[in-house]
Amino acid sequence: MRTALLLLMSFTMGFAIMSSELLGGRILAPNFGSSIFVWGSIITVYMLALSLGYLIGGQWSMRAPSFRKFGLLFLVAGLSLLHIVASDQWAMDWVFVRIEDPRGGALLASMLLFFVPSIIMGVAAPYGVRLLVQSRESSGKAAGFLYFVSTLGSAAGTIMTSFYLVVWFEIDQIIYCCTGLLVALGVVALLMPDSGSQEVEA
Amino acid sequence: MPVLLAAILLICAASAQAETIHREKSLYRDLYVEEDDGRRCLKFRTRNQRDSSQSCVFVQRPDLLALNYTHMAMSGLLLKPQPKKILVIGLGGGVLPRALGSLYPQAEITSVEIDPAVVAVAKRYFYFQEGGNNRVVTQDARVFVKRAGLKKERYDYIILDAFNGDYIPGHLMTLEFFQEVKKIMTPDAVLVANTFSRSELVNHESATYHKAFGKFYTVSQRDSGNRMILVSKHKLPGRTEMHRNMRALSPQLLELGVQGRKLLNGLDRTPGWKRSAKVLTDQYSPVNVLNAE
Repeated sequence: MRTALLLLMSFTMGFAIMSSELLGGRILAPNFGSSIFVWGSIITVYMLALSLGYLIGGQWSMRAPSFRKFGLLFLVAGLSLLHIVASDQWAMDWVFVRIEDPRGGALLASMLLFFVPSIIMGVAAPYGVRLLVQSRESSGKAAGFLYFVSTLGSAAGTIMTSFYLVVWFEIDQIIYCCTGLLVALGVVALLMPDSGSQEVEA
Repeated sequence: MPVLLAAILLICAASAQAETIHREKSLYRDLYVEEDDGRRCLKFRTRNQRDSSQSCVFVQRPDLLALNYTHMAMSGLLLKPQPKKILVIGLGGGVLPRALGSLYPQAEITSVEIDPAVVAVAKRYFYFQEGGNNRVVTQDARVFVKRAGLKKERYDYIILDAFNGDYIPGHLMTLEFFQEVKKIMTPDAVLVANTFSRSELVNHESATYHKAFGKFYTVSQRDSGNRMILVSKHKLPGRTEMHRNMRALSPQLLELGVQGRKLLNGLDRTPGWKRSAKVLTDQYSPVNVLNAE
């Protein structure tokens, strides 16, 4: 049961990361265009943020890791996506007026909008691995399996967003959906009854 | 006799071969320049292999507008006969800025093109030159228009032709973009926009233009799949006034190879579209998916 929830959560986080990254391009386009450097800016910021998230997540996993904390992380991550919706207009206009070069502008705007939510989303990956690992011998297997699931989620997020979601919904609506999913899963994990061991069967 | 026939056929075949004189894979597209029987065209490689010609010139007569759809871009002159500050979005071979420059040598012409490779090709193969009243800005059109608005620039003739047949930049089709364009238009300015006549996108496009500008005309020609939207910031002039403008312009248009009467005949004052179509906004503009339907 816990394993299933952990996998579902990992899948969903992967989904949310890619969905928001793709939407980032659409969000920035009205102010910075759709040149290659806009995508470069978004991907750079995501990679940087995820890398920091992984580091932080790894460190955090050393301090009495629990499923509850994992749930709390999802709650915070989901809510942090709302920052993108709330701030995109003023942040982009603020940058556009101050910075003439659209490359620098795109990079700064990406940082302002996507950096913090992506760090938080990145924390989930190593933390999930810690929850899944049973022994040193099988730790590689656990990590591989969780990356498999979360990256499948990323693939799903990519294709669903770019092929279907942008045709059915507005950008903000899609982000609200991602928030909703992450928060819902976070709440379920928070409410899970305590078991003797906080770890999960790999 | 058969030998002569064969020789003639061979010569015909050889001259009918289009020659590719330049090919390049730029950051944005696969482009090439093809010359066929004295007609040189800039083409973009498209998915379905029906590569579209973006601009053409007759090598012996570079002063003429060789491609039919470029004639339609002149139709805005029927509404605004003496433009002074012209903005051309999407350079192609630069034939339109060059033609307008020859018609109105005193006018300031700004061309905006995102792909530096296209600018280089226009200069090298299509007789396009910068200088004097003629400048090129290499930038995304949305960024240019937004910044022009901040700088309080104003234009009285705007040609929007930023689509390459395969990929439509979605952020140049939204209500917010048109409102930004409206901001840099003088009170009597005219906008001529190239569009697609096919697919579900036509309805969304029309709905968006209507929301931003109100009533608009379309210009089409039977021998071209293109349709152009003609917009004026204030009331569109009546047919009599346009007729008068056409007659005044006819001699100059003829120098470009354009027949003013044909333009007027292709004008539709009451274009129809599916009124229920959703307006495109920055929040919702999946244009390439809609165009595939």
